Amino acid sequence: MKRTNNYITAYFEDDDDLKVGIKSLLEKKVTIHDVLTPFAVHGLDHLLNFKRSRIPKVGFISGMVGGVSTLLFQTWVFTKAWPLNIGGKPFFALPSFIPVTFELSVLIAAFGMIAAYFISSNIGPGSKNVIYDERVTDDRFLIIIDLEKDNSINDKEKIKEILKEIGAKGITIKE
Amino acid sequence: MNEKFKFEKSQKITFILLIVVGLLSLTAGILIYKDHPEKIWSNILLNNYYFLAIALCGIFFVAVHKIADSGWQASLIRIPESFASYIPIAAILMFLIYFGMHDIYHWTHTESLDHILQGKTAYLNMPFFFIRMFIYFALWILVSYGLRRLSIKSDFENDNKHFNKSRTYAALFVVLFAITSSTMSWDWLLSIDAHWYSTMFGWYIFSGALVTSIAAITLIILYLRKKGYMQYITESHLHDLGKYLFGFSIMWAYLWFVQFLFIWYANIQEETVYFVQRLEHFPILFYANVIINLVLPFFVLMSRGSKMKTSILATIAAIILIGHWIDLYLVIMPGSVGNSASVGFLEIGLSIGYAGLFLYVIFNSLTKASLVPVNHPFLEESLHYET
Repeated sequence: MKRTNNYITAYFEDDDDLKVGIKSLLEKKVTIHDVLTPFAVHGLDHLLNFKRSRIPKVGFISGMVGGVSTLLFQTWVFTKAWPLNIGGKPFFALPSFIPVTFELSVLIAAFGMIAAYFISSNIGPGSKNVIYDERVTDDRFLIIIDLEKDNSINDKEKIKEILKEIGAKGITIKE
Repeated sequence: MNEKFKFEKSQKITFILLIVVGLLSLTAGILIYKDHPEKIWSNILLNNYYFLAIALCGIFFVAVHKIADSGWQASLIRIPESFASYIPIAAILMFLIYFGMHDIYHWTHTESLDHILQGKTAYLNMPFFFIRMFIYFALWILVSYGLRRLSIKSDFENDNKHFNKSRTYAALFVVLFAITSSTMSWDWLLSIDAHWYSTMFGWYIFSGALVTSIAAITLIILYLRKKGYMQYITESHLHDLGKYLFGFSIMWAYLWFVQFLFIWYANIQEETVYFVQRLEHFPILFYANVIINLVLPFFVLMSRGSKMKTSILATIAAIILIGHWIDLYLVIMPGSVGNSASVGFLEIGLSIGYAGLFLYVIFNSLTKASLVPVNHPFLEESLHYET
């Protein structure tokens, strides 16, 4: 989720209240930028209409790349670069390549997925963190509304009113 | 929430027709292969084992989920539970093997045993073989019927005491099956190639049986759903069954490959002979086995969408059922029938007959109780389950 510098935050103290609040916000056509919760809230992704993550596709592709390149590398090493006679087996001994190929496909798939996750969610080493609310990892369920774009109601006072109406706490405007 | 399954007349007739097909091909087989009784007995052994393994792993499915306190499966647990009613029939069919022992197992020719097989007579001898068989079936039937009885009992008394008691049975079954799943595969399958041995064999056969059983459970559930029953089984439950199919297919392939790799690597004649025979005389089935049971489920079931889609899941489950039949065929036939073994009308017809019998027994026992375990403590969780 991209960072924003011009936003309103408000929090709930309960995941059920949060879900009710999000529903009424969406009914009033307020676009929600992001929701931060201390734990995974069931059904939240459906409620916010999140697109399905593309991480599995990255995993598949990087796994295939890892598997094929490992297989080719071993073939090159054992047939061209440094052929060794091991127990009288042929140089191209496919069964013995399989365990290494399997392990490296898994490893490279995992690396690819972690890298993709870091990049797409803008976290990890070197990224700048914005802390919206310090207690979001503790007991607060935070709603962030972006004021700069993708918001049909571009009036912060009006949004503030709506937030108050639905019982959100700690409404803060940051510009 | 009480849902009763009705065994329709048309279904009964279909299954009986399947059994008739099986009996006809068996009779034709007996007439045609008069000089090759080993062909007929091996086919009977193959199907005995295949469907017994489905039934046993169904009970294993129930037992494992019960002791793990898993919730998602509560609403579909009556299907694998009903597999218990096939085990006594499998016992009768298995004891028929007594008449074909000499045709399948060459260690029974006690008068002409070589040095190696003489050393194995302490374990591989006829009386002990049948004593073991009797013990397996007695214990399996005792525990699996106990599990099923307690589960049905709890429908009528809203009390968790039956559930708690059945957990003891479940734990017993898991321990029992850990031992017997290995020993039964040694007794009935590994001892066909009595000179050969493999330390991975019990695991390998068990993992194959587990996939087969989950494929069978999935197919029966999908069929019942299509018939209008079990509408509370959602995409999420199918997703989980698909994950099992996917995961255990890989586990099977892992164990299959480990067995192959060890033997290929060590290159000891007594061990390699098993794979040499299968690779030389059954190359198509040998490679088809890996493609059907690993490559196909791996790529088809990888995405989340295909696990949830009824048509894809049903197709792949059916293919896996056939694939593991081929796997078992490759374990049994080259050893007992020899290089001339082939898949013909007898193999296919007899399997169809067994499938008819299995389905008849399962559907008949599904009518005995509600399809929903109404007082199952995890039922509510299962109905609201979401992956």
